[in-house]
Amino acid sequence: MSHPASSVSIFIGIIRRDLQLALRRKSDSLSALIFFAVVASLFPLGIGPETKLLMQIAPGMLWIAALLAAMLSLHKLFTEDFIDGSLDQILLSTLPLPLVVLAKTIAHWLSSGLLLALVSPILALQFNLPFDTIGVLFLSLLLGTPLLSLIGSIGAGLTLASRGGGTLLSLIILPLVAPVLIFGAGAVESYQAGLGLTAHFSLLGAMLAIALFLAPIATAASLRIALE
Amino acid sequence: MIAVNLLNIFYYLVTLILNDASMLNTLCLQSVSCVRGGKTLFNNLDLKIKSGTILRISGDNGSGKSSLLRILCGLLAPQSGEVIWGDQAINKDRDQFHSELIYLGHIPALKADFTALENLISSALLGGQVITAKEALQALSAAGLADQAHRVVRTLSQGQKQRIALARLRLPQPKPLWILDEPFNALDQKSNQLLQSLLVEHVKHGGIVALSSHQTLSMDDEPQVVRLEL
Repeated sequence: MSHPASSVSIFIGIIRRDLQLALRRKSDSLSALIFFAVVASLFPLGIGPETKLLMQIAPGMLWIAALLAAMLSLHKLFTEDFIDGSLDQILLSTLPLPLVVLAKTIAHWLSSGLLLALVSPILALQFNLPFDTIGVLFLSLLLGTPLLSLIGSIGAGLTLASRGGGTLLSLIILPLVAPVLIFGAGAVESYQAGLGLTAHFSLLGAMLAIALFLAPIATAASLRIALE
Repeated sequence: MIAVNLLNIFYYLVTLILNDASMLNTLCLQSVSCVRGGKTLFNNLDLKIKSGTILRISGDNGSGKSSLLRILCGLLAPQSGEVIWGDQAINKDRDQFHSELIYLGHIPALKADFTALENLISSALLGGQVITAKEALQALSAAGLADQAHRVVRTLSQGQKQRIALARLRLPQPKPLWILDEPFNALDQKSNQLLQSLLVEHVKHGGIVALSSHQTLSMDDEPQVVRLEL
């Protein structure tokens, strides 16, 4: 029997819908992954086989590669819904718009950022990083990539109706995610240097908590403006 | 005195039961103006649409039909004025208003990678309604799409896509307010007639329909139809 949907079931339904769509069109997630792998592999080619130097710059470099790869699929967060008219239905949902946006952002992270974090240990191996450092790198990406999706969603909403949105989006978002890069890559470097992790991870966690609350509200506002 | 009050309450309850109170509603426009791209489309528009009415908006291209429909459902903020549903402005309690509304835009909001069935279920869920696959199949069959239910939307024709979008109107427990932007576009003669009788049926049960169309429709002669020329 049909019945009114609870907020939780709509929220989960939206995540499931977007994940199903991502599965039907694997090329988007895959191209981000391949981009990540290729960029990470280009650095050793450009710098030369100096193991010590590579080990030193590996965390920052992998972080930059992951960040750029995450930017690739970001503009797709709302554009397809915008073009096929589904965004109107999303705005008219019985679930408050910030929550809809949060659900979509979570689905986006699961199909991009999480995959990047999962692949990072394999890429880190080619830089001869010790296992515990790889673990720290993985954890820092696990904390940092949701932040990229959340902050990125604001830009995706703002640039929705503009032409050349993809480039503009990167220009707006890259400066904003600089702190994520600093503390993400910084966590691994400070671990390598024998300093603690707590400070960096606490800051990343705090940023994530704030972004989880504020970013969907900002994105919802930017979507309403974009659709007027 | 008490007897009179009791009588009033009794009378009220009877009207409630007879008319299905959730369906008794009014959509009001209070001096609404719309400006798009520096051009005033309409000014100080006052309108009251009661239960049991089909508001049929017609006008030339660019006269503001779609904008008016988007204002009615709250997707577009009017330059001035207010839209009132029941007894409060629609932007006061958006979620409640959305749970009583179905808006279908001029492009069928379908996911090309989903089947007709999946599209119907996911759009109903966004609108706050959990439906079973069986109910979705029934709605699609009623729209004449039983054979296409499991086909991916990408492979269907424009008219079939439009019919999938419209199948939402055939789901159980219909919402009272339907706002439809050019719903007859790309429909064949038979689906066109089916949709018209569905709309008339809906308002006979106390619903409200606002639609735009530039075609001549056979339902135009029905007493429920109110025309608005922009």
